Amino acid sequence: MEDDVKKFLYVNRKAPYGTIYALESLEVVLIGAAFDQDVSLAFLDDGVFQLTKSQDTADIGVKNFSPTFRALGDYEVTKLYVEKESLEERGLTADDLQEIVWEDEDDDYEEKPSIRIVSRAEMADVMADQDVILSF
Amino acid sequence: MDYEVNGATIAADEEGYITDLTQWSSDLAGVIATAEEINMTEEHWAVVNFLREYYEEYQIAPAVRVLIKSIKKSMGKEVGNNKYMYELFPYGPAKQACKIAGLPKPTGCI
Repeated sequence: MEDDVKKFLYVNRKAPYGTIYALESLEVVLIGAAFDQDVSLAFLDDGVFQLTKSQDTADIGVKNFSPTFRALGDYEVTKLYVEKESLEERGLTADDLQEIVWEDEDDDYEEKPSIRIVSRAEMADVMADQDVILSF
Repeated sequence: MDYEVNGATIAADEEGYITDLTQWSSDLAGVIATAEEINMTEEHWAVVNFLREYYEEYQIAPAVRVLIKSIKKSMGKEVGNNKYMYELFPYGPAKQACKIAGLPKPTGCI
């Protein structure tokens, strides 16, 4: 069984609204999570805006799906890599992102952070380490 | 397949999921349950209420295994197990309970 587990990375580069990519990516992640693979998400370029807190979509008439990222832990998706340089280039810091945690069943359901801020060089290593990369 | 509740018609899609989530009421839940041939007990309501709270918080209806895992954590393993959940909702706990809860079909249901 262990041999069948592949490392999947979903790369998110686009802003959350205006195109369907961000929402489609999240839905594929949720559906794909049923297959017991080792899933990670990467956020770079405008993709970092997907994780910002206090999103309000009322005036653009689409659903604010940002709360759904907080459900990823329930689907055993616990690694959300965010590129530091992409945040900085957009005047954002880690404090602008919503808090996303997962509960570690093996550690008395302790809540652990899912978001990991990594440098561009570290992100390259994360990508190099994958079996499958899906780009959105 | 629309529903009639207290003289009002509530629109639903061809599978019986209501199309406007804001039109949900506990009376409507009873009508949908009857159409699904489910007799709502306290346990059924607990699952339906749990789903509505989950949707309110995360904006998705959870996949069935996530639902069962979460129910197990919040209500204990007597309720939160596959066998019991399928006894409550024979045509699939996530699908049927979501329909009664007025939510869209769960994401990740395959």
